[in-house]
Amino acid sequence: MRRIPPPATGMQITPEPIYRSRREWLRTLSLGAIALTAGCESGAAPDAAGRTAEESIEGKALAIAERGKYVLADPLTRYKDATHYNNFYEFGTGKGDPAQTSAAFHAHPWSVEIAGHAEVTGRFTLEDLLKPHPLEERIYRMRCVEGWSMVMPWVGIGLGDVLKRFKPTSNAKFIALTTVNRPAEMPGMRSAILDWPYREGLRIDEAMHPLALLAVGLYGHELPNQNGAPLRLVVPWKYGFKGAKSIVRIEFVETQPKTTWNELAPDEYGFYANVNPAVDHPRWSQKTERRIAGEGFNVFGNRTPTLPFNGYGDQVASLYAGMDLRRNF
Amino acid sequence: MTPAASFFRDHATVMKALLFATCLVPLAWLTWDALHDGLGADPVAALEHRSGDWALRLLLATLAVTPLRRLTGRAELVRFRRMLGMFAFFYACVHLTIYVVIDLGAYWSQLFADIVKRPYITVGFAAWLLLVPLAVTSTRGMMRRLGRHWQRLHRLVYVIALLAIVHFLWLVKADHREPLLYLAIFGALMLLRIDARRAFGARKIVRS
Repeated sequence: MRRIPPPATGMQITPEPIYRSRREWLRTLSLGAIALTAGCESGAAPDAAGRTAEESIEGKALAIAERGKYVLADPLTRYKDATHYNNFYEFGTGKGDPAQTSAAFHAHPWSVEIAGHAEVTGRFTLEDLLKPHPLEERIYRMRCVEGWSMVMPWVGIGLGDVLKRFKPTSNAKFIALTTVNRPAEMPGMRSAILDWPYREGLRIDEAMHPLALLAVGLYGHELPNQNGAPLRLVVPWKYGFKGAKSIVRIEFVETQPKTTWNELAPDEYGFYANVNPAVDHPRWSQKTERRIAGEGFNVFGNRTPTLPFNGYGDQVASLYAGMDLRRNF
Repeated sequence: MTPAASFFRDHATVMKALLFATCLVPLAWLTWDALHDGLGADPVAALEHRSGDWALRLLLATLAVTPLRRLTGRAELVRFRRMLGMFAFFYACVHLTIYVVIDLGAYWSQLFADIVKRPYITVGFAAWLLLVPLAVTSTRGMMRRLGRHWQRLHRLVYVIALLAIVHFLWLVKADHREPLLYLAIFGALMLLRIDARRAFGARKIVRS
C-alpha cells in the first residue's frame, strides 16, 4: 500500500487562492491605471467590476498530495479561458459550446469498464479506480492540432500506474479508449459530425509513459463537465485531440485501435499525432502556434514556435526511435 | 427638377448615409469587444473569424442587390450596390491585415509560404487580390471609361464569392454547416438571377 506523500515544499506552481489573488491584484492594478488616466479618484472598488465572481473556480476542491514535480516557466492560461474555450464536439463544435451546453451532464456516479488482454477486467467505479493513487498536480502545455496552445494545471494520476493494476498481458500492445455516449445529455451528439462515441488510443509504451496522465481535475478542482469530467486522458506531447474526455472504457488490445479523427481524415490526423513542427497538417502549418496564456487581453506577440513533441522530446523521443515520424505522424 | 425627384435624391442620400453607418457597425462592435476583453480566449482567432464573416456577408449582400431589384421592381436599389461591395472589400482588407500583422506578426514572412502551400490561404488570398481591380474600377469615371468591359470585369465577383466560401470550407475541421449555409445562399442568389432573367425575358416577349 502506497503512503500518501506530504505536499512538496518550495512549490513552483500556483495554488488556487493565489491564482485568484494574483488576478485580482492585476485587475486592481489595471483598474488603477484606468482610474489614473481618466483622472478619477482612486475610490473605485475593484471588486465592483463583477468579474472576479464570474471567474471563481467551480467544482469541489481536490486534496492534492503532490505538486511541483511537473512545472513550467510559461505563464498559465487563465482559468476562464481554459474552461470556456475548448473542443468537445459532443457538446457542440463551437469552442464556447462545451461550457454553455454541458450543465446537464451527469459526471457522477461514474464507472469505467476495463477489458481485453489483462488479468483483471470488469467494471470499476471511479472511486475504486482512483483510491490507491495520490492525486498529483502537473502543469502541462496543451497544443491543439488547430494551431493554438494553452498551459494548464491538471490534477490526476499516472495512467501507467492505473493500468498496471489490471496486469496487462503480453498481448496488450495498445489501449483503446471509448468515451461516453449520451446524446440526451450532450447536444452535439445529435449531429453526426463525428462517428460517435469518440474513440482514442495509445500504444502500450506510450500509455505506460510517466507523462501520460489520467486527469480528474483542473486548477485544483474537479474537472468541469466541459473539460472531460470526471476522467480524461492528457498526453502532453501529442495534439490535444488524443486526450479522450469522459472515458467509460479502456480495453487492452493487440492491434492498433481505430480512432475517431484518424478514421474521419487519415491523411490529416494520424494515430500517433505527436506534436511535430516539421510535419504540417495538410491544410495548415504546424511550425508555430498561438499561445493562449497570461493575464488579460493580449493580441500581439502570441505566436511562438512549436517544439518537437511539444517540448517533451527529452522524455518521450526515445519511444519513437527508428520510426519515420513523417509517415507515422 | 420635380419635387418628387428632389425628394428621392435627398431620400437616397439619407439612405446611403444610413447604410454607410450600418456597414461600420460590425467594425465598431469588433473594436468595442477588443477593448473590453470581449473576444474570448483566443482574441486573434475571433478578430480573424469575425472580420472574415463580415467580408463574406457583405459580398453576398452585394450579390443580393440585383435579384432584389428585379423581385421588388425597385431599380434605385442599385445605388447601394457599390457601397456594399466597397465595404466587402474593406472587411476583406481588415481580415487580411489581422492575419498578417496581428496573427503572423513576427512570422509575417510565413504568408508567402502559406499562399503557395495552403490551399485555403491560396484561395482566400486570390479572392482578396481579385477584389482589388473591382474596388479600383468602382468609380463612375472608370465605369464610363471601361464601357462594356466594366460589366465583364465585374462578373469576377461571382468567382470571388465562390473562392471566399471555399476558403471558409477548407479551413473547417469537421463541421461544414456554416460555410455550406453561405454556399446555399450564394447558390440561391445565382438561381434567382437565372429565374429573374427568364422572367424578365418572358415578360418582354409577352409585351412585344
